Amino acid sequence: MVEHLLEVRDLSVEFHTAAGTVNAVRNVSWHLDRGETLAILGESGSGKSVSASAIMNLIDMPPGKITSGTILLDGRDMLKMTAEERRLINGAKIAMIFQDPLAHLNPVYTVGWQVTEMMTTHGQTGEGAHARALELLRRVGITDPEKAMRKYPFQFSGGQRQRLMIAMAIACKPDILIADEPTTALDVTVQAQVLELLQELQQETGMGMLLITHDLGVVAEIADRVVVMNSGCIVETGNAAEVYRNPQDPYTKKLIAAAPGKGAMPEESSRLGDPLLRGVGLKKSYGAFQALKGVDFFIMPGETVAVVGESGSGKSTLARAIVRLDDPQEGQVLYRGKDLLAMTPKEMFGLRRDLQMVFQDPTQSLNPRMTVYQLISEAWVIHPDILPKAKWRNRVSELLVKVGLKPDMAERYPHQFSGGQRQRIAIARALAMEPKLIICDEAVSALDVSIQAQVIALLEGLRREFGLSYLFIAHDLPVVRDFADRVIVMKAGEIVEEGPVRQIFEAPVHPYTQALLAASLDPDPDVQAARRAARRTQEGLVFA
Amino acid sequence: MKSFIGKRAIASGVSLVVLIVIVFFLSRLTGDPTDLYLPLDATTEMRQQFREINGFNDPLIVQFGRYVTDLVQGNFGQSLRQARPAMDVVLEAFVWTFWLAVITMALVTVAAIIIGSLAAFRVGGVFDRIATFFSLIGAAAPDFWLAIVAIVIFAVKLHVLPTSGTGTVWHWVLPVGVLFIRPFGLILQVVRGSMISVLSSAYVKTARAKGVRSTAIIFVHGLRNAMLPVITVIGDQSAAILNGAVVVETVFGFPGIGKLMIDSILLRDFAVVLAVIMVSALAIFIMNLLIDLAYALLDPRIRY
Repeated sequence: MVEHLLEVRDLSVEFHTAAGTVNAVRNVSWHLDRGETLAILGESGSGKSVSASAIMNLIDMPPGKITSGTILLDGRDMLKMTAEERRLINGAKIAMIFQDPLAHLNPVYTVGWQVTEMMTTHGQTGEGAHARALELLRRVGITDPEKAMRKYPFQFSGGQRQRLMIAMAIACKPDILIADEPTTALDVTVQAQVLELLQELQQETGMGMLLITHDLGVVAEIADRVVVMNSGCIVETGNAAEVYRNPQDPYTKKLIAAAPGKGAMPEESSRLGDPLLRGVGLKKSYGAFQALKGVDFFIMPGETVAVVGESGSGKSTLARAIVRLDDPQEGQVLYRGKDLLAMTPKEMFGLRRDLQMVFQDPTQSLNPRMTVYQLISEAWVIHPDILPKAKWRNRVSELLVKVGLKPDMAERYPHQFSGGQRQRIAIARALAMEPKLIICDEAVSALDVSIQAQVIALLEGLRREFGLSYLFIAHDLPVVRDFADRVIVMKAGEIVEEGPVRQIFEAPVHPYTQALLAASLDPDPDVQAARRAARRTQEGLVFA
Repeated sequence: MKSFIGKRAIASGVSLVVLIVIVFFLSRLTGDPTDLYLPLDATTEMRQQFREINGFNDPLIVQFGRYVTDLVQGNFGQSLRQARPAMDVVLEAFVWTFWLAVITMALVTVAAIIIGSLAAFRVGGVFDRIATFFSLIGAAAPDFWLAIVAIVIFAVKLHVLPTSGTGTVWHWVLPVGVLFIRPFGLILQVVRGSMISVLSSAYVKTARAKGVRSTAIIFVHGLRNAMLPVITVIGDQSAAILNGAVVVETVFGFPGIGKLMIDSILLRDFAVVLAVIMVSALAIFIMNLLIDLAYALLDPRIRY
């Protein structure tokens, strides 16, 4: 039998919780060889991270329990090793990076100390470790490493923090790097850079890389082989390109079909008449930071306008300015010709119901102490003229059905629902107001792709039914491509490009739009390979 | 940083002035100290003379004016009982209390941090259960009861420790031991709770993935983060002792500021009462400043 670098055989892990025993993974087997990248693809709750946690000895036991299986590192069963042996492997032979680098770096120690600690823990001298840390920081692209060593994690940007995590992980030249959703919290252009860095490092060191992700695009960009997981089991495994071209399992097929950015783009619609909403010269600063530097836009009745941009582009500030959650310092927001910013609170109150907002994180935006019935009917408590009290019960049921939930869920609390269901409740709540415009601030970003597709389809259906307009704020370009009529691209508080969705995606003019599109990942491995090749040629031309 | 301390000092100074005014007038409501100081058979002339010398015949507002004038010149008045400057009396007592607080809180802090952290490492384990059980009893036990029980056991029955006064190291054992128990119970609970949440944080997961030793995870990665809420409680408890561990000092006849405060109030030694208040206020002001500095020292994200 061939010996692999790392091999997981028949691994089963369960968690004993108050609600009963949960089988996190059942009989999972896979292997990883030197120099290759294996992706474990799955949605939330699929158990995709569990085998990595078992490898790193990060499962708390209890409540967790490994009920069967072996994990062979160079032929030795890790599950039979002592805790001390496992500790010496962690970091030195197998290193790991995580999704949210801000939370995963210790906030009270300098990054230099944290990178150095990786090496001193595994027996290197302080001086040697310091020199190597400087070299590592330089290698992962941190400018001024001397100074960076003395800074704390909060003083870096998200992308830099992930680079620091990578520097720390590769410090002891591990044989295996496990990356758990390494780019999920990052902007697309930063994501592309981080993935490229990982690939370069892998080529330099020949390490095996295990990538855990929910994103088909990341798989297409970086993985050689892929393991697809669904509710604790492996449903399919194989060469990444083959699995994408020719999926065997129904779940894989569904997952690939749900990937956004494949649908037909709408034809340019010429909508005549007056815009529903118009922003004129909106400016907003926080101290010296200019979040909006004079933004003009409009939304026609029944139109979906997407605002795309990376973090710090001002897109969320714009959303908050429109509904006056955070008034801009200059400019006008004209709703049917009347300036919202000049209105008294009383005048504004009447219009609030026309402009509703759905936020990114429904866990935080729904009051956990209120039932679904209370959450939805609160709209009518505040605006009693919408509906007489006798009809509330029925209307809540109708709205729940409309967003794909069941009427008998009305008495439950938000925590009893999944993320996707919670976002549907948030949409039902917005619909209760019978709005004209719904502002979706990253409303589908936190959802799994299959759920994302369902929510988008729901929004689309509601638009047809009620003639709603949407202002759809997103960083995810493929989703925008499927859903929007018109796209506004923002960067550093300004609109850099604007146009019908087809024009933006097929013939982007501004270099930033082009960069955004180039950096966004296509779920098709062949497309990604072609893009990579194109990038390399371009770089080659630059350096030649 | 300087402006932060300045603002704090001004705010505290204003509170102190208000406090002095209130205490000055309230304490005079308790009555004339003359009868307490002169013998029962003293003549009316002697009493009149005592009042004249100490200025008790003047209207209250004049007495207050005189007090403030003296205060501005750095004169805190005379102790009636000891016939020497009030501040000298207070500072002497404060030194005793200061050391009592420092020794007690140093022991409490070290013990609570070590035991609390270890309890948090295996939540629900035997060590955790024992530590939690005793710390809850400790946090709830009233100190007057503890003090008396301690005297009964160690002094009356076992004859191993002195009951009161100062002089040898042994005199410190009972006051420190009794004062130790409540803050120890409280702080252990805070350390344990704070440590539990810190140990489940993402950066501790990173440290485990790095192969960092368990002891270093607790005492290097965990402790510095877990200390932030703990420091506040340590400060509170230290201030409580500095402010006069009234019961314990009285029971053990310990010549600290708490005992002095009670004695001066009972004997209407007004100048001493006011001086005690000023010294305690200053001590608390410095204490709070130290807490804020410790915060900034432990957490780089906090800057003033």
